[in-house]
Amino acid sequence: MSPSIIALTITSVIVLIGSLLGFLARFHHKMDLEQWTVAGRGFGLVFVWLLMAGEIYTTFTFLGASGWAYSKGGPVLYVMGYAPLMYVVSFYILPPLWEAGRKHGLQTQADFFHVRYGSKYLAAFVALVGVLCLIPYLQIQVTGLGLIVEVASFGGIHRTLAMIIGVALVAGFVFVSGIRGVAWVSVIKDALLLITVVFIGIAIPRIYFGGVGNMFAALASAKPDHLVMPGSTKNLGHLWYFSTVFMTAFGFYMWPQYFAAAFTAKSAKIIQRNAIIMPLYSITMSFVLFVGFCAVLVLPHLSNGDLALLTLVRKTFPAWFLGIIGGAGALTAMLPAAIQLLAGATLYAKNLFRPIFAPMMTDPQVARLARIMVVVLTLGALLFAIFTSVSLVSLLILGYAGVAQLFPGVMLGLFSKRVTTAGVFAGLAIGISIAALLMLTGHDPCYGLNAGFIALSINFTVTVLVSAVTAVRVSGFEQPSLAVAALTRGNSSRV
Amino acid sequence: MTRPSTGSILLGLIPFTATCFSVSLWDRIYPMVFGLPFNFFWLLLWLFLTPVCMWGAYRCEVPRMNGDQGQEGSPR
Repeated sequence: MSPSIIALTITSVIVLIGSLLGFLARFHHKMDLEQWTVAGRGFGLVFVWLLMAGEIYTTFTFLGASGWAYSKGGPVLYVMGYAPLMYVVSFYILPPLWEAGRKHGLQTQADFFHVRYGSKYLAAFVALVGVLCLIPYLQIQVTGLGLIVEVASFGGIHRTLAMIIGVALVAGFVFVSGIRGVAWVSVIKDALLLITVVFIGIAIPRIYFGGVGNMFAALASAKPDHLVMPGSTKNLGHLWYFSTVFMTAFGFYMWPQYFAAAFTAKSAKIIQRNAIIMPLYSITMSFVLFVGFCAVLVLPHLSNGDLALLTLVRKTFPAWFLGIIGGAGALTAMLPAAIQLLAGATLYAKNLFRPIFAPMMTDPQVARLARIMVVVLTLGALLFAIFTSVSLVSLLILGYAGVAQLFPGVMLGLFSKRVTTAGVFAGLAIGISIAALLMLTGHDPCYGLNAGFIALSINFTVTVLVSAVTAVRVSGFEQPSLAVAALTRGNSSRV
Repeated sequence: MTRPSTGSILLGLIPFTATCFSVSLWDRIYPMVFGLPFNFFWLLLWLFLTPVCMWGAYRCEVPRMNGDQGQEGSPR
């Protein structure tokens, strides 16, 4: 058998087993909206951990982080800088969020804004921001999937075909099993990824240099500038690191899909314990970076840094191993894509379409619309991935800067009585506009600072100032009757 | 919503100070530790130390959380 067939067969088998698990996860569960989106709020420590861990390793961390270590050097350390800090933030934010979720039957991020601030327009705006920011993130997974399968098949399967097959499977198991499907696929994906990443992170430096220490010593003497910031870039220095780590740590749980993952837990304690242990999981990130740094000396002339890890694996190991990496990598792209689809589809159906265009829709109808949106979003991301060539990293950074703007509304909504609907609306609108303006005109970083960080600072200031001069409305969390009225029909059965 | 206690917030600020605000102090190659450049080693170290800080923060919060649950009871 030719190497490409061996690699491809193994990749396909892994992807199929993963997808099968996703489809089977719906057994014994009636898939209403509550089960589909938040698994009936019944996940314990292990499943919450799997769900959240499954989400931090996306194609960006697998291919993008090693690619940044290869092409940019020192600045890639921001990935290891924000990883523990986002869990620190989640330790304080998620438990009260979970509590509000349980009390008021919240299923999505926009539900939170809807109940807390009593405005369906604010909620619809939040949903719109969420869906728009999710599309580039989704596109990254789809493109990454294409790259992985193409390399793993030695070019035997064209990128486009790989993308189509992969996203069809993802959309399928999300459509059928919802969030339970996602958690189950996490099991196989995490096990595979952990083992292979640790293995290649140790083996590759050992094969080429005799060990990680020797590899860094060689790199430090050949290219000392590459290992510290700004590395091989001109403008990603210490200010950039500080502002990016800060914004990412606070922005991370503002992604609608991670935000909603908090609602799946059985108790607030589970979320806190999870926040304590999660930084340990990020240790595996360093192995990905080892491979990227190793490629600097071994493969000095790659045109696309994102291919550094895969190319080095293909060069170093036999085909069957490339197949395993390909399968693990494909699941790494499919799983976050599934969660993103789920979050985006629910947001659109529940918080954008129903409240604004069709207030009479019942919950089962919303669930049906959400499933249709899974298909629509899948096709959208696929088309973007096939027909646009915008740099993936810049798309992701744009998305991050966008969702991070939701932070003041969430944080102040949880802990402040003084914040007003008008304040949050104004801050969010200005924050999004500034972030989009700076980034789309190529002003990121701006004076050395991350553009999203600048937008977030202004957003926060505006939120506080406008809140100070507008009338305070009682929080929907304090007045349950308002909350029930706000969340429209259907949920009344739960309260 | 109950705000986190001051003690737990102070504990949470430790990792922020160590890995975010102080970047110019530790972003260097030498001294290498365990064969890793110093900046790499420092961030890796804090992946281990952050759970320690947050475990401390958890100890600060637990008595308060138990108190809350006692008062509210479970709606389900």
